[in-house]
Amino acid sequence: MTTTEKPQEFKVVGTRPIRHDGIDKVLGRAVYGSDVRLAGMIYGAVLRSPYAHAKITKIDTSKAEAMPGVFAVMSGKDMPLVASGALDLGETVDDTAFTSDRVMAHDKVVFKGHPVAAVAAIDQNTGLEALKLIEVEYEVLKPVISLEDAMAPGAVVIHEGLIGDDLGEKVNNTNIAVHNRSEFGDPEAAFAKSATVLERTFIISRAHQGYIEPHASTAFWAPDGKITVWTTTQAPFGVRKTVSALLEQPLSDIKVIPTEIGGGFGGKIPVYLEPVAAVLSKKAGRPVKITMDRRAVFEASGPGPGGTIKVKMGVDDKGKITAATADIRYGAGAYPGASINPATAGIFACYEVPNVRIDSYDVVINMSKTAAYRAPGTPQATFASETLVGELCEIIGMSPMDFHLLNVSREGTRRPDGPVFPRIGNEACLEAIQGSEHFKSTLEPSTESKLRGRGMASGYWNGIGNKSSVTINVNEDGLVSLIEGNPDIGGTRTTIAMQAAEILGLPAEDVHPAVGDTDSIGYSDLTAGSRTTYATGTAAIEAAKMVIDEMKKRVAMIWETEYGNIEHVDGLFVSKVAPDHKFTFKEAAGKLGQTGGPVAMTGTVNVRGSGGGSFGTHLVDVEVDRDTGKVEILRYTAAQDAGKAVHPSYVEGQFQGGAVQGIGWALNEEYYTSDDGVMVNSTFLDYRMPTSLDVPMIETIIVEVANTNHPFGVRGIGETSIVPPAPAVANALANAIGVRLYQTPMNPGRILEALATKKTGK
Amino acid sequence: MHPYQYIPATNITEAVSLLARYGPRARVMAGGTDLLVQLRGERYELDAVVDAKAIPELMALTLAKDGALSIGAAVPCYQVYEDEAIVAAFPGIIDAASLIGGIQVQSRASLGGNLCNATPSADGICPLIVHSGVVTLTGVGGTRTMLVEEFTTGPGRNALAHGEMLVKIDLPKPAAHFGAAYQRFIPRNEMDIAVAGVASAVTLDASGQKIESARIALASVGPTPIFAKKASDFLAGQPATEETYAKAGEVASTEATPISDMRGTIEQRHHLVGVLTRRTLAQAVQRARGNS
Ligand SMILES: Cc1cc2nc3c(=O)[nH]c(=O)nc-3n(C[C@H](O)[C@H](O)[C@H](O)COP(=O)(O)OP(=O)(O)OC[C@H]3O[C@@H](n4cnc5c(N)ncnc54)[C@H](O)[C@@H]3O)c2cc1C
Repeated sequence: MTTTEKPQEFKVVGTRPIRHDGIDKVLGRAVYGSDVRLAGMIYGAVLRSPYAHAKITKIDTSKAEAMPGVFAVMSGKDMPLVASGALDLGETVDDTAFTSDRVMAHDKVVFKGHPVAAVAAIDQNTGLEALKLIEVEYEVLKPVISLEDAMAPGAVVIHEGLIGDDLGEKVNNTNIAVHNRSEFGDPEAAFAKSATVLERTFIISRAHQGYIEPHASTAFWAPDGKITVWTTTQAPFGVRKTVSALLEQPLSDIKVIPTEIGGGFGGKIPVYLEPVAAVLSKKAGRPVKITMDRRAVFEASGPGPGGTIKVKMGVDDKGKITAATADIRYGAGAYPGASINPATAGIFACYEVPNVRIDSYDVVINMSKTAAYRAPGTPQATFASETLVGELCEIIGMSPMDFHLLNVSREGTRRPDGPVFPRIGNEACLEAIQGSEHFKSTLEPSTESKLRGRGMASGYWNGIGNKSSVTINVNEDGLVSLIEGNPDIGGTRTTIAMQAAEILGLPAEDVHPAVGDTDSIGYSDLTAGSRTTYATGTAAIEAAKMVIDEMKKRVAMIWETEYGNIEHVDGLFVSKVAPDHKFTFKEAAGKLGQTGGPVAMTGTVNVRGSGGGSFGTHLVDVEVDRDTGKVEILRYTAAQDAGKAVHPSYVEGQFQGGAVQGIGWALNEEYYTSDDGVMVNSTFLDYRMPTSLDVPMIETIIVEVANTNHPFGVRGIGETSIVPPAPAVANALANAIGVRLYQTPMNPGRILEALATKKTGK
Repeated sequence: MHPYQYIPATNITEAVSLLARYGPRARVMAGGTDLLVQLRGERYELDAVVDAKAIPELMALTLAKDGALSIGAAVPCYQVYEDEAIVAAFPGIIDAASLIGGIQVQSRASLGGNLCNATPSADGICPLIVHSGVVTLTGVGGTRTMLVEEFTTGPGRNALAHGEMLVKIDLPKPAAHFGAAYQRFIPRNEMDIAVAGVASAVTLDASGQKIESARIALASVGPTPIFAKKASDFLAGQPATEETYAKAGEVASTEATPISDMRGTIEQRHHLVGVLTRRTLAQAVQRARGNS
């Protein structure tokens, strides 16, 4: 495909059919993690550490074991002591020993909420009461909570066994798991020659995905050694691999059945409860179900990391970027793995930067291990870079839109950390916003009591391709069933089915999609990295092409002609040599029995890369109550490149959902943590995510710059939308109140302080 | 969770004798929107939960002929705000009753429960104070009354003695030219706990230009809801103007004794008391002027 090519025409792709799973979900029939009920099933409960950092000196479970109604009790000693090693989960690589330790502490707890023991009992309440009978003695250690404390020379070291990687050098006795650097050109020399240089430091709080469904897993370890796991996960094959590694059981003895999933946003990639349920099941001889409560979700699952980001940017007298540097430090939580690489990829991706240096640090602290959260690592870094750009534009007196367009990255631009962009939609998104009614509208002027402002920001997420399998079975009534291996979080069952339908020449409704378990579909990487519609969709296209190909052979047989004489046009099988010979898909399917039997085809792919990723630009109007500092979002528009929107309603939904999460992160969400590492606001009451009353309808503009790496031009779009909101809001706030905030959450208290500082001129 | 007995009481005598028997191991349940959440959160253990919703006196809501209002301790909020006569005469109460939780919560939650739960941030208590509410408490030994502002004694603590329960809250008939309002500050628009809240009530002279008397109460800025006596006294005889409201706000702010926590800081809360006093006074005066 080249840029001059005419857009493809589609029959199914780009329409808005009713989602296949809609009825089940609306009627409450869909089975989510905690809906699993099996004969003889009992209930697990997990005892969690009250301390953020302590040695376990004793665990006595005897009283709990003796309690009536208790079937099994376990602790770290019931888990194999697995060796350190790479656990490749498709998008991220974890360490096996650390993962085992995270799931159930062995001799030390490293975050508040760290599991130390678990019970399985006849019912939930008995389980919770039994936990109170487990005696655990701790030797409390000094918790390391702030990045400064963790990185200071002579810091208390959380993991004695952790070997840090400082630009390739091995380091012992450190909390800095990784220090990376990405460098190009000579930023110092370029800064020296710049007309204007601005440097700022930003602080962003860790933030939780806030999925409505808490983690819930059920496991049955059968006497023959086979383990079945029902779980709410984004990564059934990742769960299989992790359970296999942690329990040292053969991979193929484990079957993972993904349930419906009530949101994940990256947070349901890691394994938490599955191995614990399995061990309890083995001891009890019954299926065991464990669910987390909301506090456990907040305290002990993985939010996105918080951190400190220093950014410096230079421009010449025309506003052209001369150089940029960044120092990104993220608190990974209790084990390494704070998405610093995507942060490096994303922080300056919207720009052409001739001289650049990006340092990034993955730092271990005594809080729960962070996980992926929608465009992992990138909203944080972009909060810094795009807010800095906003201020820089103020200083040089240039409109942010002009600045973006002047410096825009496009096909052929070297992304600051190395790769060269193929065709991308960065510029097209800026132009879409520039052409929008919102951009052209005039903001109502501020009054004495209401301060109004407008801000914009762009953002980027690359995403991944990787491995997927899709099986299509042709039924004799001419409909097809489609099995794929990706849990459906954002409507992907439908978008995958639509891509198959496009090739098969069928309406979307005639393809019946289902998410299979790990025994019923070929290996499929996780639902994450904006890969599912894109990569699994590619597998569906493959499978559909194979089906059509096979059906052509069958039709040729019936018409007693050569395979090469059969064509599939507009959903019909036709013969080049006998024009009156025509079969609909349904007619052909009805005759499979006479032509050699069933047609079932599996498409498998290993898609390389994302094809350039998806850019987005957001524009926001805010109103600040001068007396209280309360922020109202007046208007919000999100433009983003979808390549080709398979189901435009879902694409819009993803833009809107990401925007709302980003607004929450910007304004009120934070882990309010005591000095000893206890999250104080571990409820939805006090972890202030936006409600439906706190945001206006998010307006969306779907930009379509075809992806050269997908047959239909589709791009993965699920994550980019959370990247621009925080800096867009920060820029709008600065525009409204005339002072800049460099820290999230930009909540009413901080805004009042900023307004007071402005008044006194300090 | 410790297992407890659920006992629906049908009259006050039965309820108070149960309370006397179980002592602190029993609590009254009105709507249960605080109680059940706290039990599940293992804030405390109980052996008995005494449901008050079958006791006629606690479910009675009566607007007397003379204009006084009596709110049974377990009357759910929705009943209060769906009564048009009450809405017209007791605006401060309505602000609170329609603010607590959402529709589902309001169909269970009572002002009595809000009061007995006695959190400093409770939205229902300050309006009851500025409407000069009086509580009736009954125990095995008899019945007594006290002002609402004397009822709460600390965070989660109230004046109820062993074996005693709240029966009702009485509000006198508002004077002519009376208006009241309650506002709270929360960072979001719903589902949040007041960072600060202020209730104001005023009685104007016949011209509607002068404040004859006023009552101000402050939420979430001290260990209990606070009756702001100095600000209330200051307002008597003052002209009903923005300058007056702002000054009253300054005085009220000195009466607040807030702490810093995850919901807000000391400085922010002092500041908000000033802002909300100003705003609720303006609203109360406006309502009073429409109330001849
Ligand atoms: C989702 C949600 C949102 C909420 N939003 C708000 C809000 O915006 N503002 C706010 O102020 N509150 C809010 N609350 C808290 C709660 O709903 C209110 O405090 C409510 O008014 C309590 O009334 P209740 O009838 O449910 O009390 P209950 O839970 O029945 O009782 C509360 C306490 O008072 C005691 N008690 C009750 N009646 C008596 C009696 N007659 N005599 C002696 N003791 C008694 C109980 O033993 C218990 O300790 C919310 C709660 C929820 C669950």
